[in-house]
Amino acid sequence: MEVTKVINATRDFKIGEMETHALRGVNLSIEDGEFTALVGPSGSGKTTLLQLIGLLDQPTSGQVYINGNDATRLNRNQRADLRKGTIGFIFQFFALIPTLTAYENVEMPLLLNGTKPAERKKRVNEVLEAVGLSDRAHHRPDQLSGGQQQRVAVARALAINPRVILADEPTANLDTENGKQVMDIMQRLNKETGVTFVFATHDPRVIDYANRVVTLQDGLITNDSKSNGKH
Amino acid sequence: MSQLFKMAFRDLGRNKRRSILSALAVSIATTLLIFMASVVRGEFRGALQNGIRLQTGHLQVRAASYDENKVSLAWEDLVENPAQVTDQLKALPQVVDATPRLIASGILSLGDNSRGVQVIGIDPAAEANQIFRQGVIAGEFLAGDDREGVLIGKPLADKFALNIGDRVNLLINTSNGDVDEQLFTVRGIYTTNVFPYDENTVFMPIAKAQAFASAENHASLIFVLLKDQEQTEPVAAALKSSNYQIVTWQDLNELSVQFEQFAGAYMVILYLIILGITATVVTNTLVMAVYERTREIGILSAIGMKGRRIMAAFLTEAALLATGGVVGGLVLGGLITAWVSSVGLAIPAAQGVTGILLGDKIYPYITAQDVISLTITAYVITLIASLYPAMLAARMEPVEALHAQ
Repeated sequence: MEVTKVINATRDFKIGEMETHALRGVNLSIEDGEFTALVGPSGSGKTTLLQLIGLLDQPTSGQVYINGNDATRLNRNQRADLRKGTIGFIFQFFALIPTLTAYENVEMPLLLNGTKPAERKKRVNEVLEAVGLSDRAHHRPDQLSGGQQQRVAVARALAINPRVILADEPTANLDTENGKQVMDIMQRLNKETGVTFVFATHDPRVIDYANRVVTLQDGLITNDSKSNGKH
Repeated sequence: MSQLFKMAFRDLGRNKRRSILSALAVSIATTLLIFMASVVRGEFRGALQNGIRLQTGHLQVRAASYDENKVSLAWEDLVENPAQVTDQLKALPQVVDATPRLIASGILSLGDNSRGVQVIGIDPAAEANQIFRQGVIAGEFLAGDDREGVLIGKPLADKFALNIGDRVNLLINTSNGDVDEQLFTVRGIYTTNVFPYDENTVFMPIAKAQAFASAENHASLIFVLLKDQEQTEPVAAALKSSNYQIVTWQDLNELSVQFEQFAGAYMVILYLIILGITATVVTNTLVMAVYERTREIGILSAIGMKGRRIMAAFLTEAALLATGGVVGGLVLGGLITAWVSSVGLAIPAAQGVTGILLGDKIYPYITAQDVISLTITAYVITLIASLYPAMLAARMEPVEALHAQ
């Protein structure tokens, strides 16, 4: 079943007098359970496409469907509602709230979608265990390594049982060992829970994990290929 | 909700010095508001109490035709047989004391110096006049049968370089419209610590004043003190008669009351200036916080936090700042006010103000209502000041916020 569909999406940015065409008519459909890599050089439009799918941004033209809803017709609050029930995010920088512990960071999206306290506690512990950080639950981000912080971010993205997790360069700021750990966890979660992953990357070691690789160049999809993925 | 408070509290702790300075700004503002309000209230409360104790009493009984501004001594304008009226008044259970006073305009002169004064004939034995006996700082108080002695205020004695036993000339209007003059001996020098009163008022026994002004067995007014100020209106209503006018302390201190209202309006402007400065500090602190946390706002927005909740997070921070600041300000303001009200705040003699009996010290005084209204004001202003940064945070586009450095 289709999780998200992008139809003929363009995205233009105007900086001063200069207009940049970040996306120039992209069509993409992601099915449930995919582990898809968006690849391409810097400025190819990977992050912009990920932001459109994640409803963080709106296309200049074209449509973005999530769960069958045309997101381009939704207002800001409706998009926020759809995000908090459907989409998990992992960012390149370790996007945790520094004043909250690992546990509280993971709990935040559950608080926002109104999950009851007992259920919340159970779920937070589950996902922290899934990323191997149960023993670090009450540490603040500055007490965790980069790899551990990114694993907390994975747990946070997973907490709401999303249909899709979007990851923007999830290993870019990690060393090889930590990058591998994060990718192994993401792949395992994809296989065990069936949650769809779409991640932007230009790291060849990460691309190897994907079972679908979508290549972008100058705002257009130039290649879309399926593989068995690593392992 | 508790998560909101927890986050706000921890966020304030991220830049402790800045948060403490902002809370301090709110504290200082609240302290100033409390202290200024208490000084103004204390000043007018003191002036009113001075007016009541020295000049007006709680009630005055006067002849129906008496005009205070003319200080008439014509018999038809005076209370006849004041002893009888006084006795009747003293019989009322609410009355502490009732005593006749004869008031005349006069000129005190010594050599080439002269000065207009108010000459008041009093019953030296009356309880209501013991305040003047207690205020004697040199010489002695008047005796009822003294026919030559006067009691003068310290500022007047200083002005004329008078000592006990010195003789001065007093000229006054009399009941038949003439003037009369006589030499008097300074028996005593008094102070009530109310400069404008002491500077203008000369006392002599009422029997002598009546003889001097040709107003035998008459008084300008009966000065009445009540046990409870609040009973003024019912007692005044009970005393109402066609022969006399009954004037209450509210009527007689109208100028003080009006001046207090004027001062109150003026103080509101000062309050707003202080609160405006505080609001700027709070706004600045929170705007800096918003810009520092732009990326976090982007993250929260990305995981589904709506603008309304982001706004609530910053308002909660402001509320915590305001709470810390206001509580600190209440404690500090309360302590300063309590200390100053015990020692008094010296003010230069209010020589220019007539009709308002400001003492030489202000004893700050604050009511619960003042504290509540100032607390609410400081709180509300702090929250209003945080609205702009909170809205700034709430309106951030997630994509732009996420890309902030």
